Amino acid sequence: MSDDDPNVKDRDLKPDNSGVSRRDFLRISGISITLPLVANPTVVMAAGQEVAIHGPGKVPMEFSINGKKVKADLEPRVTLLDALRDHFELTGAKRVCDRGECGACTVLLEGKPAYSCSVLAIEAQGKTVTTVESLMQGGKLHPVQQAFVDNDASQCGFCTPGFVVACKALLDRHPHPTSDDIRHGLSGNLCRCGTYDGIRKAVAQVAQKGA
Amino acid sequence: MPDYAWPQAEHRTLIGKRIGRVDSPAKVSGQAKYTYDVHRPGMLYGKVLRSPYAHARIVSVDTSAAEKMSGVKAVQIVQGPGATIHWEGDEIVAVAAVDEPTAEDAVRAIKVEYQQLPHLVSDAEPPSGVGEGQGPLSMDDIDDMLDNQVPSQQMVSQIQQYGITEKPSEETLKGLKSDGATDAVLDAIRAATVHPGAGGQPKSNYQKAAAQTLGDPDKAFAEAEVVSEGVYGIPVITHCCLESHGSISEWTDADHLLTHISTQNVSGIPGQMAEPLKIPASNIRVHQDHIGGGFGSKFSPDRWGIFTAQISKKADGKPVRVMLEREAELKVAGARPSAFARVKVGAKKDGTVVAWQSESWGTGGPGGGGMPPIPYVFNVPNQRKEHTAIRNNIGPARAWRAPNHPQAAVLTMCALDDLAAKLNMDPVEFFGKNLDIAKPRGDVYGEELGIAADLMGWKQKWHPRSQKQHGLVRGVGVSFHTWGGRGHSSDCDLTIHPDGSVELKMGSQDLGTGTRTCILIVAADTLGLPIEAIQLQIGDTMYPPSGGSGGSTTIGGVSSSTRRAAVDARDALFAQVAPALNAQPDQLECVKGRVAVKGDSSRSLSWKEACSKLGAMPLTIRGKNPDKSKPPDLTSSGVGGVQMAEVEVDTETGIVKVRKMVAVQDCGLVIDLKTAESQCLGALIMGISYALFEEKVMDPSTGRMLNADMEFYRLAGLSDIPELVVKMMTGKGYDERGVIGLGEPPVISPGAAISNAVANAIGVRVPFLPLTPDRVLAALGQKAGA
Repeated sequence: MSDDDPNVKDRDLKPDNSGVSRRDFLRISGISITLPLVANPTVVMAAGQEVAIHGPGKVPMEFSINGKKVKADLEPRVTLLDALRDHFELTGAKRVCDRGECGACTVLLEGKPAYSCSVLAIEAQGKTVTTVESLMQGGKLHPVQQAFVDNDASQCGFCTPGFVVACKALLDRHPHPTSDDIRHGLSGNLCRCGTYDGIRKAVAQVAQKGA
Repeated sequence: MPDYAWPQAEHRTLIGKRIGRVDSPAKVSGQAKYTYDVHRPGMLYGKVLRSPYAHARIVSVDTSAAEKMSGVKAVQIVQGPGATIHWEGDEIVAVAAVDEPTAEDAVRAIKVEYQQLPHLVSDAEPPSGVGEGQGPLSMDDIDDMLDNQVPSQQMVSQIQQYGITEKPSEETLKGLKSDGATDAVLDAIRAATVHPGAGGQPKSNYQKAAAQTLGDPDKAFAEAEVVSEGVYGIPVITHCCLESHGSISEWTDADHLLTHISTQNVSGIPGQMAEPLKIPASNIRVHQDHIGGGFGSKFSPDRWGIFTAQISKKADGKPVRVMLEREAELKVAGARPSAFARVKVGAKKDGTVVAWQSESWGTGGPGGGGMPPIPYVFNVPNQRKEHTAIRNNIGPARAWRAPNHPQAAVLTMCALDDLAAKLNMDPVEFFGKNLDIAKPRGDVYGEELGIAADLMGWKQKWHPRSQKQHGLVRGVGVSFHTWGGRGHSSDCDLTIHPDGSVELKMGSQDLGTGTRTCILIVAADTLGLPIEAIQLQIGDTMYPPSGGSGGSTTIGGVSSSTRRAAVDARDALFAQVAPALNAQPDQLECVKGRVAVKGDSSRSLSWKEACSKLGAMPLTIRGKNPDKSKPPDLTSSGVGGVQMAEVEVDTETGIVKVRKMVAVQDCGLVIDLKTAESQCLGALIMGISYALFEEKVMDPSTGRMLNADMEFYRLAGLSDIPELVVKMMTGKGYDERGVIGLGEPPVISPGAAISNAVANAIGVRVPFLPLTPDRVLAALGQKAGA
């Protein structure tokens, strides 16, 4: 049981480039074990197009997170959320439902709110990723964050970072949101302690004062 | 004797004011670290193979393929061949690997053979003819109860009630203890009546308790002028903490464990881990900065907390993280017992309630469960009550915010509201008329009822039950609740350093209720300092022990120990400072960051100057609660609350929207008005959620939970929340009672108040929560057909 052995060694390997069913996918990708563990993708033809196959095993990835370029070797199946939390120590985005239902993992992808649990890290390459950690500037809370503090919009706080990011995205798009805008903009985030009253007041405060 | 009493209103600088939550900035910026966020160097990731069956015996477990996998560091069989599984999702094997994907692969490679056994996941009305009681308990039964996480108190009462089949050896008792039996349970076994040879018969799923009678219910019903009958109920729901249960454990040497665990009970964890890990409790350090929700489900290390530590040991002590996946969280990490009842209530024509009769039932999973405290709040003088507990395979129950009270409120307030409707009385008038049986808080309820009615605009909104069958209809409803909430035991150390800095250490935890903020308010108010001048450290077993945060006992405990420590520290400082001010210590006071002679502001020192008189050594004072040597008692118990709901029901679709809710609540002396109001607001929202949406739905054929995710286990969202009005009862008549907890009370009434509002709107009772469109339409259909 060693860390470093490519764990594909025991698998049944039969190069077969004729099509890409799910099972073939695994076989084809097995080719990469003859190469170094971290390798360029294998390219196969699928439906008449060239398709790059990554993994299994770790592949090099590069991200732009909070304005910084960062690199990591990750398996292609790793989500952006897990990459942020387990590899870049950015734990503001929380893992709660892990399937795009609760919004606790909300980050901005190209400036738009996204569930980072439902985006593969490999897909987030080449896109700007903004997490809650970047909103505070020079020790000063972002106006949305300040409004959360002023209106006691967090209790246990586990949903809070996701809500803060979702509220920022909402207010970026609709600086003076209608109640319909708020309903749509925040419908993807859930809280268990019951902080919605404070969150609604926080959004109203920013809408009135401006961000 | 120093004066520990809470300061009078005019002398409070911070207590009772609206003070912002001190940890808000950390939470809104993503800096607050939760157990799930802990990332230790070299950390391994744990995953668990869980039973797909609700009831089964394990025949064989083959972990060989998983153990051979690259990156797998340890494999631990949690329940091996021969073990009986009592609910879906129960833990079979745990794996620790270098990363999560590898651990998942390893779990998939494990082969388990099960022998399926018949299961029951229903909590429908028990068949008639269920006999009372059950036979005596065998040691296997008791082991099963431990396995099923039956609460200690409940085990003791069952052992006392039914006796045991054999006198156990000390060896057996030792085994039970290592399986988690408390001393109370062991004592009960030692003292139990032995009925040899009585065991062996299969246990029924239904445990019917003896009927309880008060007064003369038969006579009272015969004399009652109006009698109302109905069936009411509230299903099993989950805790659904957003931070799932779990821990990160590592061995710092061969017999010392460090565990980061998501818990409501920091100081109480080592004592629960010591026996199974076979190390002294003093060798276990627990740390937690923040917790992402508990609601009553996180007092124990749980089986997974123990095997996380064990598997870490197998992996050479490396840190291992096991946090439950959402699906597991919803299936195994706790649920609120259901409660249903056929209720008959009788009253005189003037509305005076005279008689109560109920046949209730419900399930707390494999442990069965008890009868909610019905009739609730209103002590009807003549009663007959029977309860049948259903033991089934839905998974274990745990304390859920105000255990048994939301159930009691629904069963009682809905039955009484139907009685008021039958009497053609406005419920406010009806309940108001019966406040003399709502002792000892009748006066509090009376005052709160009037305030709630004004805040709701009840007079304008209430109407006799609607006969209208189409379009949108509106209605209002009311409910009452109570809770104890005395302060738990709490120790803290307050240190004043010669440079003027102040720190306070306490092994408590802040569940998001504002505990940190309240501790600081009490210390700062007592020392005449701003909150920022005091450093507070909680959440570690290195600090003095403070009780688990359950039953609304935290605020009373931590505020009392903090007050005593701060008063003693202040007086000790006065003794050192008095000569410099040419005064006696008892002439001094702490005001606005200065130590001054009372009534002579010209003779004062800044806080920093005053502390410099301490010399070289800091001053540390231990504060305790309870502490009979330092009266008065700063906490007490027993609160009352009244809530009202206004709803709008679409009779075409059956969709219920809550339009407004009002909560009027007392909790003695309020420490922080802002976080107290937030507790009530949050409770109303949680209440709307369980009233309209939440239910743990079980599949009778497979025995599995059908909605173990956050799409189909629905929580209320922001757009489900209407105008919320909270009024805290403070001032004379309330403050002098001392500090009383607030976590539980406001979450008790929403279900009943909303159900009553829906009945008022549509003219018929929807018997069971949640008030989903199908249930509303079914009730409307029955009314139309009647």
